[in-house]
Amino acid sequence: MASITLDRLAHSYLPNPTSDADFALKEINYNWEDGGAYALLGPSGCGKTTLLNIISGLLVPSKGHIKFDGKDVTHLQPEERNIAQVFQFPVIYDTMTVRENLAFPLINRRVPRETITERVNEMVEILDLGDKADRKARGLTADEKQKISLGRGLVRYDVNAILFDEPLTVIDPHMKWQLRTKLKDLHRQLGHTMIYVTHDQTEALTFADKVVVMYAGEVVQIGTPEELFEEPAHTFVGYFIGSPGMNVLPCNITGRTATVGSTAIDLVQPSPASGENLELGIRPEFVTLTARGSEGIPVRIDAVENIGRFQIVRTNLEGHPVNALLQEGEEIPADAALRFDPARINIYKNSHLVRRGA
Amino acid sequence: MDKPYNNKAWLLVIPVFLLVAISAIIPIMTVVNYSVQDTFGNNQFFWAGTEWFQDVLRSDRFWNSLSRNLLFSFIVLCIEIPLGIAIALTMPRRGIWVPVCLVLMALPLLIPWNVVGTIWQIFGRADIGLLGYALDQMGINYNYASNIFDAWATIILMDVWHWTSLVVLLCYAGLVSIPEAYYQAAKIDGASRWSVFRYIQLPKLRGVLIIAFLLRFMDSFMIYTEPFVLTGGGPGNSTTFMSIDLVKQAVGQFDLGPAAAMSLVYQLMVITISYIFFTVMSNVGVDKPDARVED
Repeated sequence: MASITLDRLAHSYLPNPTSDADFALKEINYNWEDGGAYALLGPSGCGKTTLLNIISGLLVPSKGHIKFDGKDVTHLQPEERNIAQVFQFPVIYDTMTVRENLAFPLINRRVPRETITERVNEMVEILDLGDKADRKARGLTADEKQKISLGRGLVRYDVNAILFDEPLTVIDPHMKWQLRTKLKDLHRQLGHTMIYVTHDQTEALTFADKVVVMYAGEVVQIGTPEELFEEPAHTFVGYFIGSPGMNVLPCNITGRTATVGSTAIDLVQPSPASGENLELGIRPEFVTLTARGSEGIPVRIDAVENIGRFQIVRTNLEGHPVNALLQEGEEIPADAALRFDPARINIYKNSHLVRRGA
Repeated sequence: MDKPYNNKAWLLVIPVFLLVAISAIIPIMTVVNYSVQDTFGNNQFFWAGTEWFQDVLRSDRFWNSLSRNLLFSFIVLCIEIPLGIAIALTMPRRGIWVPVCLVLMALPLLIPWNVVGTIWQIFGRADIGLLGYALDQMGINYNYASNIFDAWATIILMDVWHWTSLVVLLCYAGLVSIPEAYYQAAKIDGASRWSVFRYIQLPKLRGVLIIAFLLRFMDSFMIYTEPFVLTGGGPGNSTTFMSIDLVKQAVGQFDLGPAAAMSLVYQLMVITISYIFFTVMSNVGVDKPDARVED
């Protein structure tokens, strides 16, 4: 097990990258702590798989270094890095039995026979594959195959980190939940550093202690699920995490007041932000709907969607859509006004969060 | 029980029935007809029973050409299948060389059989052929028309040249369809080049290999045109394969009865051996209970 340091890492698939846009992965500095569970979250094509392949050694970065426990491994082959990777589609060796599949990485490393038997038996137990251990792997279901892929990584005692590349994509919905719980269990039990790539926010937020959100080749925020929810560092994070995503409204700011169109909205304290390209972000959870009166911002209600325990109210504030999340059964006034919780308002300049203290 | 009958439905079956009848049933029945009768021309037929079949199965001529055929198919398969896999493995997966390689590989397959025979007939001649001349100049006494070994070597080389491409193209198609993740996983598992071949590529090639094997077996077992053009079955009878023998008997000697009996035996053998190959190869490396689950 090891900590992983990304030192000014960047990658381009082009031979001579010149501009920023040529980079599939823009410069990133970060330290993944030993034994942590991390998720790389972002839409397709945001560079998360590129980053994962650089860590596993399948790809050599164009710039920067990657270190395991301080040791530079940038140019080492995958098998020399002692990492394990679970791919989107389960990779199993068809002609081998489950047991032989699990033993394969150990045999390749010339581990003594008794140790192999011992480790494989242990792994079969951990993965609950006991009754299928001596069957050919090809006849198993997708989630069992994915467990074998994972097992081939876990069986090695020298693993520095386990990388997951959207491992639940081909798993049936009802098995997804079970397998995710299993992963979480294994992390607690074995304490490997785990890095999990996904575009599914639920998977990322439930699996990881820390989530790395990527957007267009750039790491836009690294934080705990709470931080991502409460203080999205980028409007993309606000939009991508949460359902529905954060409301983002273009605004102007003077002192303690933000103005959207002709509507003034109070802030808790004067914002340091000024100038062009300012936006106000507030999550639908912190928007309340009241009957039109002296307080609140009068709006038009476009639609109400009932999603079970909540209802999403889609309103229109001077041409900008604003969503509010209401409890099930909560009454929706005909002439409605919005109220934003001032403490929950974030201000963005050029899509990046302007911190209040700053 | 009232079951509706509509005899007009037969009309829908008729086209297929006619097609199969003309393309398969009628020709085969004609052969069957010849195989159980004797004829002296003038459309006079005499019942012969199983006489021709007994003759065929007792004749040395039949067994000799059969064993030549089996030996030929065996050698050709032993060379073409491994060679085909090996070439497919070395072909590039992407880049500008892919179409070049594919076209080069497909070229021999586009040449008509008799032209292939002619090409090699000239190629092997000591006076004007490149191969024959080169060997002659190196002091090797090579003559496919008089030396049995040379004749066999040339025919085998010719067949390998003509048909290995088919195995290559099939295997290549199988190889490019293997997802990249398999190779990456193998790399992470520390698998050697041989292990990658043995545990990933070969199992994934199983399907195409069965097809390649069957096609090459059937084709080589029925080979006619190329050796006929090249050696005419000689020297002596050393390259007289079953189909050549059959044509000699039917067209050359006009022994329609024995020839018909022989062609039926021949056809049954091709079907039987292919069926056995297919059954065996489809079941290699498959766990019975698991195979059921999968179906």
